[in-house]
Formats: sequence, C-alpha cells, structure tokens
Amino acid sequence: MAHPTRHCLSYKGAMRVNFLLTTSKRVFYAILLLIAVLVLNFSLIHLAPGDVADTISQSMGGADQELLDQIRADYGLDQPFMVQLGRYIGGVLSFDLGYSFFYNMPVTQLIMERLPATLLLVLTAQLLALIIGVLLGVVSARKPNGITSHFVTFLALFGYSAPVFWTGILLLIGFSLKIQLFPVAGMRDVTIDGGFFVQAQDIFMHLMLPMITLASVFLALYSRLSRATMMEVLGSDYVRTAKAKGLTQSQVVYKHALKNALSPVITLAGLQFSAVISGAVLVETVFSWPGLGTLAFQSIIARDTPTILGILFFSALVVIVGNLLTDVALRAVDPRLRGRG
Amino acid sequence: MSPLLTVENLRIELTTRDGVAPVIDDLSLSLNAGETLSFVGESGCGKSMTALALMGLLPEKIGRVAAGKIIFDGEDITHASPARLREIRGNDISMIFQEPMTSLNPVFSVGEQIAEAIRAHQNLPRKAAWNKAVELLDAVRIPNPKGRAGDYPFQMSGGQRQRAMIAMALACEPKLLIADEPTTALDVTVQAQIFDLLTDLQKQSGAAIILITHDMGAVAEMARDVIVMYAGRKAEYGPVDAIIEHPRHPYTQGLISCVPHIVSDMTEERHDLVEVPGIVPSLKDFGRDECLFASRCQHRTEECMSKRPVEKHFDNNQIADCWHAEEL
Ligand SMILES: Nc1ncnc2c1ncn2[C@@H]1O[C@H](COP(=O)(O)OP(=O)(O)O)[C@@H](O)[C@H]1O
Ligand code: SF4
Ligand SMILES: [Mg+2]
Repeated sequence: MAHPTRHCLSYKGAMRVNFLLTTSKRVFYAILLLIAVLVLNFSLIHLAPGDVADTISQSMGGADQELLDQIRADYGLDQPFMVQLGRYIGGVLSFDLGYSFFYNMPVTQLIMERLPATLLLVLTAQLLALIIGVLLGVVSARKPNGITSHFVTFLALFGYSAPVFWTGILLLIGFSLKIQLFPVAGMRDVTIDGGFFVQAQDIFMHLMLPMITLASVFLALYSRLSRATMMEVLGSDYVRTAKAKGLTQSQVVYKHALKNALSPVITLAGLQFSAVISGAVLVETVFSWPGLGTLAFQSIIARDTPTILGILFFSALVVIVGNLLTDVALRAVDPRLRGRG
Repeated sequence: MSPLLTVENLRIELTTRDGVAPVIDDLSLSLNAGETLSFVGESGCGKSMTALALMGLLPEKIGRVAAGKIIFDGEDITHASPARLREIRGNDISMIFQEPMTSLNPVFSVGEQIAEAIRAHQNLPRKAAWNKAVELLDAVRIPNPKGRAGDYPFQMSGGQRQRAMIAMALACEPKLLIADEPTTALDVTVQAQIFDLLTDLQKQSGAAIILITHDMGAVAEMARDVIVMYAGRKAEYGPVDAIIEHPRHPYTQGLISCVPHIVSDMTEERHDLVEVPGIVPSLKDFGRDECLFASRCQHRTEECMSKRPVEKHFDNNQIADCWHAEEL
C-alpha cells in the first residue's frame, strides 16, 4: 500500500513542477513575442519616409546631401535593412535602445525616467477600477433592483460612451479649477519641500484626477461583469450549500461567492492591459503627467524614431508582464488551473 | 415522547410570472428522533421545496411560508429569526443535495469546506476543526483521508464528492439529516454504497433522516414511513410496509408497480398502472380545487374533477388523499 503522506507530497510536488514548467514555457513564448514585436515595429518605422538624419539636419536648420550622407554613415543608416534590424535587436537585448537626438540622451535612460510615472498611473488605475468595480458588482448583484444596480448600469453607459479625454477635461474643470481640490497638471509641485511623506502626499494629490479618469473607463467594464458573474454565482448550488451550513450572509457572499466570481473579472482585466496603456497616453496628455504617454506624444511630433521604437517596445513589455501576472492571479483564485499547462 | 419534527398544514407559495401558486399545499407529517421518513414522487412534485422549507432556505423573494407550522424540537421555525435559522442550519438540521458535482465550492479544498461547517457552530481552533474534518472523511470511508482532505472537489469522483457532502452534513452531529435525492446523479454501483453509508451513519449518530429518492428499494430498506407527493400535495402517507403491501392511491399504485423486486408478489390488476401516462401538472395549476392526478387516473369520476380529495384514514395508520381510496 502506498504511504499516504508520500502519495500526497508527490501529487503536490507534481503540481509544483508542472507550474514551473508552464511558467517557464510562458516566459519563453513571451520573449519570442517581444522579438516579433521588435521586428514589426522596426520594419514599420523603416517603411515610413524620413529618418534620423532628416531629423538631425532639421534641428540644425538644414543640411546638404554630403552632410546627410555623413550622418547616415555615422549612425549606420546606410547599411542594408537586415543589418540595421540585427544591430537594433542586438542592442535591445543588451538594454540599449539607441540614442534620442531630440532629447539628447540614451533612449533607455529617457524611458526609465518616465516609466515609473506611467506604471504608477496604470497600476493604480487598474487596481482602483478593479476594487471599486468588483464592490459595485457585488452590492448590485445582491440587490438587482437596488440603487447601486441602477448606478452600475448608468456607469457602464457613461464608461462606454464618454471619451477618456473628455472625462479628464471635465474632472479637471470640476475638481481643480472650479473646486480647487487637486492640482491642475504634472506629477509633483517643485515648490514643495519636505520628507518622504510630504512628497508622497504631493504625488498622490497629483495622481488622483488622472487615475480616476483612466479608471472610469474600466470601472464600467469591471462592475458590469462582476454584477453578471456574481448574480450567476449567487444562484449556484455551492452557494446554497454554504447557506445550508449556517454561514453568515457575508461569509457566503464575500468568501464563497466572490472567490468564484473573481476569475472572469481578472481575465478581463488582463485582456484590458493594452487598452489601459493606450488610455494612459491620452490621460497623461490631458493632465501633463510626465510618463511614457506624454513622451510618446512628443516624440511622434518630433519624429524621434528611436524613442518611439523604445516606447512601443516597453508598452509591449508591460502588456506581456501584465498578462503573466494575470495568469498568476488566476491560478491563485482557481485551483483547477494549477495542474494544467 | 413528542416527535422531533412536526409539520402542520404547511402551505408554501411561490410567486412566479404566472402568479402565486402553492408549491406545497396543506402538508402535515411527523418524524421521531432517529427514524427515517421517505418522500417519493415524480420530478416537480415539490419534494425539494419541502426540504428547503425545513432548512429555511426557500428561494429568496419567490418563496414564502403562507400557512402552517414547522415544529422542530419544540420550536416553530417558520417564525425563527434569520440568525436563529443560521444557528439551526448545519447544526441541528443539515442537508445533502442532489448534485454532488456542483454542490461543493470548486475553489476551496474539501477539508476546508468541512472544517468551515464545524467552525460555523463550534468554537474550535482551525487545526482542531481540520483534524475533525479528516476524521469525518474517514468516517464516510474516503481512503487516505489525511491526504485527500487537501484535495479540491474537481480532484474527486461524484461518489467521493457525495461522501464529502455527507461528511459535511454530519459534521455537527445534526438531529435531522435531509437527503434530497443523494444518489440520483451517481452510478448505480455507487448508489448502493451511499445508501449503506447513510444507514450505518444513522445507526452511529442516531440522526433522524428525511430521505427523498426515486429508489423504492432504498425506501423499503431504510424508512419507517413514506410520503408520496403529487403536485405539491400528499397523495399517500403511512408505514412503508403497509403502503407497499396495499397502496390505496392510484398514483402510488402506479409508482410502486414500477419497482419489480418490491412487488414481486403483486396481482395482475396492479400491473395495469405500471405506465402512468401523462405528466405532472405545471406549478400554476397546483392550487386547483380538484384531484390534480385526475387527468392521469383510470378511476376518476365526476367527484374527482370537482373537489379536492379529503384524507381517508385507515386502521394501519395509512392515509390516502383519494375519493375512492376505500374501494381501491
Ligand atoms: N426557484 C423556483 N422558481 C420557480 N419555480 C420553481 C422554483 N423551484 C422549483 N420550482 C417549481 O416548483 C415545483 C416543485 O419543484 P421541486 O420542489 O424542485 O420538485 P421535486 O424536488 O419534487 O422534483 C416545480 O413545478 C418547479 O418547477
Ligand atoms: S381522487 Fe379520483 S382522480 Fe384522484 S386519484 Fe383518486 S380516483 Fe383518481
Ligand atoms: Mg428535487
């Protein structure tokens, strides 16, 4: 007869090995995907007329053909496409995204300066939308004809129809011009001096409006989906079992039902990651939030090719990391996914 | 000794699109501690609704107790507060459901779900409750209970899940266990094992059981009394032996002759009703003042169509709600 504990351990062990295998497989695919994104971005930009040499010559107030050729030779732009592509990918793999002539600094450094602001905005907006969305969904699922439920319907309609920049401008007018609750633009007030907490509070106040604006779009999505799944789950057999055990309302709803209703919402949130990032470009522009979005906007205007490519690469990276995290979260709430590839 | 459970003239109404209808219409019964009462009848006759009413778990906003009493252990629980009902549920009265595949929560381990039932009613530390859950899994004959307690429902077969449900239901040693078609969803071979398990556990724990089932063999083996339900009403009620020996209601006669091994000694006449043509009326017709079985009944007369049958009592404690029960 098999030893009971050993049987158990070997089973759990198998699950763990399986998990590591699938995770490393996913990471491998993610890297392949990133390289594909690089090739595609580079090719697309290459197809567009004009190059860095044009940009440089423009910034110098014009240059003759000889000088242009000289610049092209200096930066390897006279090389065949495949060579340039190979060099670029090689560079990226060693964290060198090229040099921005517009900002006069390496693109990697430029992006690293802006990335935290974008990550802060994107992650807090997603989190806010998820938490409030799920709460609204739960409350309205318990009272489908209650006021919260009607509010969710209204919110969904608003979220679907209102463009994010319009919401942003509206909030800006309302809460920083009319009622001067929050600062108008930027991420920090340079005149403020103080310790960590003072600084953090300053950033938080700046963050509020952009975060709410960005969250509003996704809040609508998440609250509607949570309401629908929650209503389904509340009518399920296992919720009836939970009640039959004599558990309290809140144990039934917030433990038994909610954990089951979370999976679809997390899946949706994962799928929305790229939409959140493109939403961030608009929101950052409205609120002059110093992140990748404003950088993208400026560098497109300035035809700053290396920076544009770098931002595209980082957006893809953030989306891919977001999807990996979604996967981890899904496995955490649903044991049925843990054993599978 | 007064019975553990007495139901008096219970009427339960469901509000649906078609209006309000009595899904349980004037049901009375009594059950002593440690004994088994069985419910039989086709699907849609209100058996589950009766069970849910006893648990205080009628579908929210749709179902309500319109009249009657459910006296459990001397207390009328139709008037109990939600908090009092939570105290009773899972502790004094617990329930096993028909669908073992969906009745356990897929995202919590089986051990945790059992331990939770214990902790809902007893002030036990987590670890102690877990150990008790393992003991219970052992009691319902799940091999390697220590290892299996950490399993999730999807890692178990239907029979094992139903065993786990039984373990959960018995966790707080209830005085009354309601088993609503506990074997309907299971393989034939597993069905007998589950009935054996229930019988053994009842002997050990002394719990009274309400057994809802289509399995007349199990009824004959386990139950003292049986209630035959039809369209929300009792068709026949009495000792199992007496009813199998001589069913007085045409519906019971039809049901029982479907089970060859019980009625192996039955006469030719009874064979006529093996196939009961027709279907159970839909809920909206449940309240009518007539015999609801009339459309399917060979013995129907004018009287049956114009007035709801009254109870006919027989010497052997058998009760049949049929105008012609004496003649049959
Ligand atoms: N939630 C509900 N809403 C409306 N009607 C219901 C609901 N549950 C059960 N019913 C109806 O009540 C009647 C009795 O159902 P039920 O008690 O489940 O029967 P049984 O368990 O005997 O098969 C059926 O006609 C069924 O359609
Ligand atoms: S009352 Fe009439 S119709 Fe109803 S079961 Fe009896 S004989 Fe049949
Ligand atoms: Mg049923």
